Amino acid sequence: MSEAAGPTTSPAPATPRQAVSLVSLFKVFLTIGAISFGGGVVAYLREYIVRGEQWMDDEEFLDSLEIGQTLPGLIAVNLSVIIGDRIRGAAGAIAAAVGILLPGTVVVMTAGILYLGNRQNPAVNHFLGGVAAAAVGLLTAVALQLGHKQLVHLRDFLLVMATFVAISLLHQSLIIVILVVGPVAVLLYHPTTHKSGEPKPPRTREPIRLAGHR
Amino acid sequence: MHATKILNLLWVFALLSLVAVGGGTAVLPEMRRILVGHFHWLSDKQFREIYSIGQIAPGPNMLMVLVIGYRLAGALGAVVVGLAFFIPDCFITFFVNRVWKHFEGSPWRTAIQRGMAPVAIGLMLSGTYTVAKISIVDFVTGLIAVAVFAILYFRHVNPALLIIIGGVITLFVRGW
Repeated sequence: MSEAAGPTTSPAPATPRQAVSLVSLFKVFLTIGAISFGGGVVAYLREYIVRGEQWMDDEEFLDSLEIGQTLPGLIAVNLSVIIGDRIRGAAGAIAAAVGILLPGTVVVMTAGILYLGNRQNPAVNHFLGGVAAAAVGLLTAVALQLGHKQLVHLRDFLLVMATFVAISLLHQSLIIVILVVGPVAVLLYHPTTHKSGEPKPPRTREPIRLAGHR
Repeated sequence: MHATKILNLLWVFALLSLVAVGGGTAVLPEMRRILVGHFHWLSDKQFREIYSIGQIAPGPNMLMVLVIGYRLAGALGAVVVGLAFFIPDCFITFFVNRVWKHFEGSPWRTAIQRGMAPVAIGLMLSGTYTVAKISIVDFVTGLIAVAVFAILYFRHVNPALLIIIGGVITLFVRGW
């Protein structure tokens, strides 16, 4: 549906972007940054930017997400930079990134300083130990849900295995693994290296549903 | 001594920032390897507990790196770690996003997106394994991890709620 657009490739947003003030942009990202407990910030972004404010349609959001999660960095922050830039340019990117990070920064530093003052307290140790264990369950669920959506071919699974084995079992440095496995992975998907003309898989980057909103 | 530590923090977190393919969880094994294994700046227990602080705050969980910076080098450490960990990626994303659409339809662009996706999932699993190794220490913590996984995998529940419940259960089981 996006090829129907004229000279510009991005589809027309529901709200004209010049009408979005930097202050309201900042406020929306600040809100998301303040309420997105339990991870899943991407789902909150989609809820607010696409459904709530309608600054972007879903197609462009998913396109931004694809870029944001391919590049290094936290996906939520990358996505905020991209959305902010597309709505209000460089100033928008800064407003969005600061907005998404500011509330968490305040909370994490407050909790962190309280923790550091009480880190010999057994109750604190026990509570945080349970939190970490619960986080393992959450991370596993996120990874498997992403895997369901994105792993299609045998070579996908081989790349997952190779990466996991290299890092977790062979204890190789992440830098080495990315420098070795990364180019191999990209070459495996370059059409001239596998030239089977297989159909492009459907858009696989639907944000996972793990977020507690609504 | 202090200046050396600040400089070390700067390059460690800038480097981690550049290799965070597929999000923050991906760098946890390397972060632990460097901070706990190489420099001995933190114990596994401290690493686990600071990681947990990130879980109970809103926004990206990896903001917990600020607490690591603060723990190791005070307020300046938190600032340096924050800038080193976030600024490089923001710049990369900002500029690459602007040129990305010029490569629309390029086989290389598609190859990068498709190829890096499984690598990112492998890294995410490795990060999960790292957290599991240092946090699943007995029957109760194992049970909490399995239960949270099962609930989230099959139901749509706010993870933050389960994270807090996990902490409270452990607190009560092990006593105050």
